Amino acid sequence: MAEPLLSVRDLGTHFFTRDGVVRAVDGVSFDVEKGRVLGIVGESGSGKTVTALSIIGLIQKPAARIVSGEIMFGGRDLTTLSERELEDVRGSQIAMIFQDPMTSLNPTLTIGSQITETIRRHFDVSKEAARKRAVELLDEVHIPNAAARLDDYPHRLSGGMRQRVMIAIALSCEPDLMIADEPTTALDVTVQAQVLDLLDELGESHETAMILITHDMGVVAEASDDVIVMYAGQVVEQASTLDLFDHPEHPYTEALLGALPQLEGNGVRQRRLTAIPGRPPDLVDPPENCRFAPRCKYAGDDACTRHMPELREIRPGHFVRSEHPASERSGRKEAVPA
Amino acid sequence: MNGGGPLLQVRNLVKLFAVKRGLIIERTVDHVKAVDDVSFDIHRGKTLGLVGESGSGKSTTGYCVLQVLRPTSGSVVFDDRELTELSGQELRRMRRRMQLVFQDPHSSLDPRMTVGDIVEEPLAIHRVGSRGERRARVRELLETVGFDPSFTNRYPHEFSGGQRQRIGIARALALSPDLLVLDEPVSALDVSIQAQILNLLKDLQGEFGLTYLFIAHDLAVVRTMSDRIAVMNEGKIVEIGLAEDVYGSPKDTYTQELLHAVPVPDPRVMRERKAERRRLRAAALET
Repeated sequence: MAEPLLSVRDLGTHFFTRDGVVRAVDGVSFDVEKGRVLGIVGESGSGKTVTALSIIGLIQKPAARIVSGEIMFGGRDLTTLSERELEDVRGSQIAMIFQDPMTSLNPTLTIGSQITETIRRHFDVSKEAARKRAVELLDEVHIPNAAARLDDYPHRLSGGMRQRVMIAIALSCEPDLMIADEPTTALDVTVQAQVLDLLDELGESHETAMILITHDMGVVAEASDDVIVMYAGQVVEQASTLDLFDHPEHPYTEALLGALPQLEGNGVRQRRLTAIPGRPPDLVDPPENCRFAPRCKYAGDDACTRHMPELREIRPGHFVRSEHPASERSGRKEAVPA
Repeated sequence: MNGGGPLLQVRNLVKLFAVKRGLIIERTVDHVKAVDDVSFDIHRGKTLGLVGESGSGKSTTGYCVLQVLRPTSGSVVFDDRELTELSGQELRRMRRRMQLVFQDPHSSLDPRMTVGDIVEEPLAIHRVGSRGERRARVRELLETVGFDPSFTNRYPHEFSGGQRQRIGIARALALSPDLLVLDEPVSALDVSIQAQILNLLKDLQGEFGLTYLFIAHDLAVVRTMSDRIAVMNEGKIVEIGLAEDVYGSPKDTYTQELLHAVPVPDPRVMRERKAERRRLRAAALET
């Protein structure tokens, strides 16, 4: 197998607060292959966004610090780069798309000037050439009447159109990796599908890899090739998207899928949802044992209440951090197709 | 008390917002029809789900029902009383029986008030019982919504989103209302917490025979809560009916489009849909 585009090993990012050290990201490892989409799914506070911000060096120093691990990208460990060097990596090799395009676009500058600024920051081209390139990019993200749009200000565009502009800016430097943090969460569902289609199409035509961060299991199912499930700062399950949804192993993943209201089916109105009791642990001094144990219906007085389960490969390509994965539970030992 | 009739009857509801121009001399240049000829009934103990995208007019409809916003025209009949004709004391008396639960329990709870004061406030405003009786009622309400009543002297920021929404619900229940208008009550919450709050709302409805107008953009959330569902688009109800009919065999093209766009946690279904959209786009390009 070829070397992965991005390789994160044992990443630890901590926040140093008045109340203590928050272990927001605690020993996270994963690879992103060229041209593939890795979904990172988790609830608020699971560490998914901090993981992404750590990769591109945008965590808020000095309150937050990478305390362990390495982030290998293009033969370099990004955690060792200077601020100046990171700035070059951001934009030119790794681009980021945020949830709310209104707060990441400058409201006082035209769309055209924001795109050309990025282009000219990374390429030595004339103003005219950058403007021409900007029109091409807006065309590529399917913004109608692109040339006329260059002189518009962001507020003149709808949320979906603004997110397309952000994607155009991200593309302008032909990155190898795009990190999209909840890119469609602020959008209406009909627009969401269009933006996800656009990301898919661009990923294919540019062979760009993507890390897609979301809380929405439906979005992961739609847009990612592989999935990581995060809980309380750790990776608890990792698999191909098909295998994860067909045979979820971690009790948390199962519970999360079970807690989702169903769109169809008889009796959904009468039925109660399968809620997950309690809430995630405080990440200041988190317990030494399995962090999901207090909410897990399979945890008893056993190993998982005494030590931290390792992330282990339960079948080829499927990793789980639990003493009670679905395929090993008593009474459910039927073979799972690999 | 009416007998078999609906608790809430909304007919031809219209709400216009003025579009104003001019800095010093403001003049109305146009109107936006936020709610455009909306009619529906809700029967006692039942839930009508109002679903739509942003700007569809669903929240404005909810506020017009409560007379928080006064409708431009149309009628809102609550328990045989025409609310649009009421004002002052009479309206306040009716409003006790209709309460609002907000989306964001963070910004809708006064950060300077304790949990106990927040839940007690509606009782105090309406001068219900003595101070001691009100305090006892607050504890009872908090217990009802699954919030530890020993925390009444704490402040809202000390609690998670799910706990804060429980406080908001306890406050809404304080005056024993008949109708709750729930405006995106779980959209700020994580999935695992969202399920807890939806279950609580289901339980409370069963226990107290509450009637809900449940407003949300999440189609699956609306489905799990509603007996009947109304789909709104651009201020109008484009389709209304039994939940299983509206979702099972939608007649309106917008409803169909909306249902088709919801991502479901099934990669195979999503891949199939994506391929279909791709075919449609390719076909559109050729013509």
